[in-house]
Amino acid sequence: MVDSEVLDEQAVEAADASHSAKVGDHQPGSTGISNQKLAMWAFLGSECLLFGGLISGYLLYRNNNQDGPAAAEIFDIPFTSVSSFVLLMSSLTMVLALSAITRGDHPRTRLWILTTALLGAVFIGGQVYEFTSFYREGLGYTTSPFSSAFFTLTGFHGVHVSMGIVMLMSLYFSSVRGKLKTENAETVEIVGLYWHFVDVVWIFIFTVVYLMAKGI
Amino acid sequence: MAITEEPPLELEAGDPLPEYAEQPLGVLTRPSGNTGIASWLFTVDHKRIGIMYGVFAMFFFLIGGLEALAIRIQLAVPGNDFLSAETYNQVFTTHGVTMIFLVIMPLAAAFANYLIPLQIGARDVAFPRMNALSLWVWFFGGLFLCSSVIIGGWWENAPDGGWFNYAPNHGVAFSPSKGIDFYAIGLQITGIGSLVSAVNLIVTCLNMRAKGMTLFRMPVLTWMLLITQFLLLFAVPVITVALFFLMFDRLYDANFFNPDAGSDPLLWQHLFWIFGHPEVYILILPSFGIISEVIPVFSRKPIFGYKVMVFSGIAIGFMGWGVWAHHMFVSGLGPISVTAFSMSTMLIAVPTGVKIFNWLATMLGGRLKFNTAMLFAVGVVSMFTIGGLSGVTHAVAPADTQQTDTYYIVAHFHYVIFGGALLGIFAGFYFWWPKAFGYKLNERWGKWNFWLQIVGFNLTFGPMHILGLQGMSRRIDTYSEGFGFELWNLVASVGAFVIFLGVLIFVINIFVSQRQAKHLPPVGPDPWDARGLEWMTASPTPEHNFDEEIEVQQVDEFWFRKYDIDDDGTVHRIATGDEVAQPGTATGVHLPAPSYWPMVLAAGLPFIGYGLIYNLWLCVLGGLLVAAGSFGWVFEPADDPDAHHGGHDDHGDHDDDPDTDPEAAAALDAPEGADDVAIESEEAPVG
Amino acid sequence: MSSETLSDTVEAGMHDADHHDADHHHHPSDRKYVGIAIGLAIITAVEVLTFYVDFGPLFIPSLLLMMFVKFYYVCGWFMHLKLDSPMFTKFFVAGLVLAAGVYVVMLSASQLWDNI
Ligand code: HEM
Ligand SMILES: [Cu+2]
Repeated sequence: MVDSEVLDEQAVEAADASHSAKVGDHQPGSTGISNQKLAMWAFLGSECLLFGGLISGYLLYRNNNQDGPAAAEIFDIPFTSVSSFVLLMSSLTMVLALSAITRGDHPRTRLWILTTALLGAVFIGGQVYEFTSFYREGLGYTTSPFSSAFFTLTGFHGVHVSMGIVMLMSLYFSSVRGKLKTENAETVEIVGLYWHFVDVVWIFIFTVVYLMAKGI
Repeated sequence: MAITEEPPLELEAGDPLPEYAEQPLGVLTRPSGNTGIASWLFTVDHKRIGIMYGVFAMFFFLIGGLEALAIRIQLAVPGNDFLSAETYNQVFTTHGVTMIFLVIMPLAAAFANYLIPLQIGARDVAFPRMNALSLWVWFFGGLFLCSSVIIGGWWENAPDGGWFNYAPNHGVAFSPSKGIDFYAIGLQITGIGSLVSAVNLIVTCLNMRAKGMTLFRMPVLTWMLLITQFLLLFAVPVITVALFFLMFDRLYDANFFNPDAGSDPLLWQHLFWIFGHPEVYILILPSFGIISEVIPVFSRKPIFGYKVMVFSGIAIGFMGWGVWAHHMFVSGLGPISVTAFSMSTMLIAVPTGVKIFNWLATMLGGRLKFNTAMLFAVGVVSMFTIGGLSGVTHAVAPADTQQTDTYYIVAHFHYVIFGGALLGIFAGFYFWWPKAFGYKLNERWGKWNFWLQIVGFNLTFGPMHILGLQGMSRRIDTYSEGFGFELWNLVASVGAFVIFLGVLIFVINIFVSQRQAKHLPPVGPDPWDARGLEWMTASPTPEHNFDEEIEVQQVDEFWFRKYDIDDDGTVHRIATGDEVAQPGTATGVHLPAPSYWPMVLAAGLPFIGYGLIYNLWLCVLGGLLVAAGSFGWVFEPADDPDAHHGGHDDHGDHDDDPDTDPEAAAALDAPEGADDVAIESEEAPVG
Repeated sequence: MSSETLSDTVEAGMHDADHHDADHHHHPSDRKYVGIAIGLAIITAVEVLTFYVDFGPLFIPSLLLMMFVKFYYVCGWFMHLKLDSPMFTKFFVAGLVLAAGVYVVMLSASQLWDNI
């Protein structure tokens, strides 16, 4: 779980450090780290089990395509490679946004946030295209355990990306309205954590679902 | 409840700051005030949220209890037709689901919410509004689940697959009613509540502790609750996956559990029990924590082996992940899996046994005082031991092959859940009642409550061991004469009514004691001469918890402020609890302001659920509520818990910042508190 | 002190990675980020290459290795796990390890690997 020894030391240090605190000035974080970030990381830890379950369901059924198309037949690797690349690069633009806001460079923050959202949208567009063309080629949601598991896994991921886009856009508009200040850099960082997490999930999916379909 | 509705403590729930008078969406004024129904509905106070968890859970307890009585009436005599087979399936399923997800878990959440901040000396939880969100999401999810009993006909449409709801029985082919859709969606909703509150309470435990309250000075209860939250954090997503698969299978003809398409029904069993076994520890660990607080106080001794207690809890938390397939011994797992899981299951009994010995050692040589709270705690130790032992008997796979799916299993899990978890919660009720409501529960009624409950319990579930070993299956709606099941079934049914009477007496006791309390002196902050920080403030707990921050130097800090230990080991009282405790009269403490949005957001979820089952337009409505809730939430002035505790001269800067996750507006909580890290990082290149 | 004014005085490029020993909230420079991204892009290209070229018995191991490296860099640098409080890493690794553990056991019990 957590390394309690370290925590303990930190708590003691935090206690020492805040000796001068006034009455009623409450403990500002026994571990000295931010509540919000800790919460996000706890949530991401939990998400590992969510995606782990979805991926396991897929692995279990990947070869069970009944009469429908099989994974290796239907995947369009060049196309998916491009959209994977797009998502990967959106992680870069995301950190650039964070780095811009920590510098207090708000125009550039907005630029990078918008680029990130846009790249995310391109990825989603690609997924919509992919799903429709699979459907036309005979891979419906109910075709086989493989198809159900595939669409569920990648669909869940797509929903995560879309929620990330919504968060990015609200960051963007707050920034436009001057509400996203330099001291709110942590908010950008937290949205970024979520975004990168969604990206690493795709790194996993791209390899295990798409690229490995060929070999087995 | 009315007891805590004191005259306003000049706190006005955060009103001092003008921002709060602003209208978040230009329409609605932010709720304020300390009295009246609205002050409960929109509260973000962890104590009120805790109390509401308790009240709502007791409401569901009534429902689940009536279902239990219906089951026992049906089984009292052979060949009974009180319930039809179809109804019977629904009744035992909703009984189980209600008791686990809508009674025991939220009752534990009641204690967690009320006590964690108090025990670690904090003002509130880390994210007060998220705390309200968890409550309402859970509660509305619970109502959604229960509504299946009425919607579409009285007992026509409730889930009927058992609480574990195995594939392929849970498919539309075998369960064509909407019941299992309600199950799948309802549990997802309550799961969201659990997950949010797990994140919140983990951050609270790690990050909101008072000065000097290191992890290994936290009370055992807080520790056990923390471990529980970690289990929830990691177990809820697993069941979520399973429930999504199920929902897609049923609503959209996916093929996750469809045997016709060659799907593997064991996928459900695995996912369910990967969640399910940690879940049973989610049910029991809070009670372990509760009795670890009660037993030392009424033995007049510190807990024996504090660290061992904590570590055995952690060990249980880890090992609980490696035993799930003991629920699947007869599913054809294969010999290797069965052997491995059989062995891991036997091992997990070790840390559990360690705890039992620790409680016994705490009592050994103590000056025992058997009031009701202590009786319930001792009840847990003894009854749980029986349940744990029968658990070990089904860890032995060959023996389990005989026991599984019989009443022997029913006996086992009722000894651990009723005899362990629920009795522990009752111990907690009697123990912390004065803290929460300012009066003690009556001991005479309390003892009747206890004895009826424990006798009724053993009458009901003790004979089930015998019935199970005689071969009576679980989940059958009736049995024929002549198998030798008659006597013990009748005894069990009588016992169920005795339990019901016991619980009824508890409810009566609440009102009787409240009336009597008017003629008694106030209980004072520390009625039991107890040990934890929660007793170091007035009873009932003032809205701001503590007047000033407590600095902690050791485990059982409060006790050590009352007592001194000589070199020769004799204990002297140096102060009374009343002297040490804070009066709870501080004024002007800045507290998180109430909010509508958690409830609005939560209210959208059941509509989405009904929409998925019946008519997608309802989803639109639900989606709008969720969107409105999130929108209002985000645009509400930030309610950063740190900002409310004074000391930040600059909190206005955060508060008018609507775009961030409001709680996220807090700067990194650097120890000195005041400075934003963002500012520091800008200074670096300059300097 | 108004952070706005302060930040205005700070030139965009001045904020550099060299300061990150001062406290762990300092992030690497943009150049470092771009460098990592280029590395990730190259690895992705090699990954895609496995589709066109036969890697023989190395097919799966090499893919897993590359996936791991990408994963590591995104989590370590873009998510700052390498610079931030170790507690975050613990939370995340706990989730990862637990997920890997239970699901690998589950799939083994389902004899998944036999069919591969
Ligand atoms: C000493 C520790 C324990 C051991 C060794 C143990 C062992 C087992 C085993 C092997 C089973 C499966 C039996 C079967 O279905 O054939 C089982 C069932 C069950 N146990 Fe335990 N158990 C322990 C503690 C607990 C606790 C603490 C709880 C809950 C608070 C619990 C709740 C349950 C439930 C609800 C079931 C039945 C599930 C169902 O089939 O519906 N157990 N236990
Ligand atoms: Cu179990």
